[in-house]
Amino acid sequence: MELSLKRKYLGIPYLIFLFIFVLLPLFVIFYYALTDGTGHFTLSNFGHFFTNSRAIGTLIYSMVIALITTAICLLLAYPTSYVLSRSGIKGGAAWLIIIVMPMWINFTLRLTALKEILSFIEGNLAFHPFLNTIIGMVYDFLPFMVLPIYNSIEKMDTALLEAAEDLGAGKREVFFKVMLPLSMPGIVSGITMVFLPAMTNYVVLDMLYNSTYIMGSLIGSYFSAFNWNDGAMVSAVLLVLIGLLTWLTGRVSDDADREGARL
Amino acid sequence: MNKKNILLPLLWLIFVVILLYLPIMVLIFYSFTDAAMIGQAGSFSLSNYVTLFTEEELRGILIGTFSLAVLVSLLSTFFGTIGAIGSFYSGKKLKFLYEISNQVPVVNADVVTGFSVCILLIVFFGMDKDTYIPLVIGQMVLCTPFVYLSVMPRLKQMDPKIYEAALDLGATPGQALRKVVLREVWPGVLSGFSTAIMLSLDDYFIATYTKPAVFDTISTYVVNATKGSQTEIKTALWALSTVIFLFIAVVVVIRNLTSGREER
Repeated sequence: MELSLKRKYLGIPYLIFLFIFVLLPLFVIFYYALTDGTGHFTLSNFGHFFTNSRAIGTLIYSMVIALITTAICLLLAYPTSYVLSRSGIKGGAAWLIIIVMPMWINFTLRLTALKEILSFIEGNLAFHPFLNTIIGMVYDFLPFMVLPIYNSIEKMDTALLEAAEDLGAGKREVFFKVMLPLSMPGIVSGITMVFLPAMTNYVVLDMLYNSTYIMGSLIGSYFSAFNWNDGAMVSAVLLVLIGLLTWLTGRVSDDADREGARL
Repeated sequence: MNKKNILLPLLWLIFVVILLYLPIMVLIFYSFTDAAMIGQAGSFSLSNYVTLFTEEELRGILIGTFSLAVLVSLLSTFFGTIGAIGSFYSGKKLKFLYEISNQVPVVNADVVTGFSVCILLIVFFGMDKDTYIPLVIGQMVLCTPFVYLSVMPRLKQMDPKIYEAALDLGATPGQALRKVVLREVWPGVLSGFSTAIMLSLDDYFIATYTKPAVFDTISTYVVNATKGSQTEIKTALWALSTVIFLFIAVVVVIRNLTSGREER
């Protein structure tokens, strides 16, 4: 198998790239998070974070924003995806392109547009910082929720839905017991696409004049202060959270896949 | 399905599209006026566009952002493509290593990716930001995994026999790879490239943490500009949004037309 060896070697530069620039930074993050400015091992970076009520407040505030944003995106995206693939509307693919296209326009420019509109409607953005943040996040991330859900509904086997109907299930039952479980992988991947950015994308808050911090803002402010150790500590907290979320959603979509296979 | 059922879904879609497009459309409309604020009365004017293309600073940012996107995307496309091919022909364990590490930047928050690249290259290795190397590498970390992900399905779809056939017909492994495998995965390479371009143009966080202080991309510039109150720059950004909107619209349409043709 000399030939297949050759093809295999082709990937080595990328493997090295991944190792140095993707995996190594993760180790360096944990190294800085667990040391003080002079390189000595310490847990105090984490200690300060988890005993500081303001830091915990930031963590909770980010989660609240992310939860609300994700819920609203889901409520808007599911019917949209459903309508696109199941209602018999003509040109579903064209509609999908239209709905997903804003995803590719620079998000700071889209936020500029939103900011102008909101200032026009509200007079002063400072009156409703929380509401504006949610609107901004939903506006920014909605296409990322539509795409995976649409894909999962689109590739669903229609025969399963018809079979359920033939076997006497009502419309409601077909939806809740067949359709929704089958679209779970799409929902889960949509949630991961929205939840994490909503916890960390502090530009949305900055541009809409919400001066409250979310997790991302902490990294930004430690970066500006050249405080690498605390910045790394916040990144490490986020990394653990991301790892958990990925593991959890991986399990859910595995389960959903299995469930789908069983149905 | 009967006609009555289509009205409600159609209204819903129109509602969602209006939600997504209203701000952009209003901005595009006002970019052609001399109004300094949305809602202000103004008359038709192209002055925003004149500013956009003549103001030295803005022009530099546009050129800089697009050059960076092209450079990053070319490099990412190269690494992502050879990475996908190498991984596809690797054994199970090595393939798992590829897949897992490739997935890290995809699931990671951009803030964390940017900060971790900054910590590694600038703080740990002491690299100079002004060389642009951290910026290029940082954006490559963001873009390359998506190229890998768009090439991989093409490799899986490919008929493995054609590569063997090329060898039987006297092609060297290198030739077979270039003329057969690469040609088969080419649509994936192209779509990976355009994804990389768009990711690079959209990036704010990686750039903030790794760029030289004197260099600005569209994103970092816009975020800083909104903190200031220079009206002329602000309204020129409306014109920029319009231009980018049209650019993306054209790219998306072309991309979908070409991929549609291929499937047929």
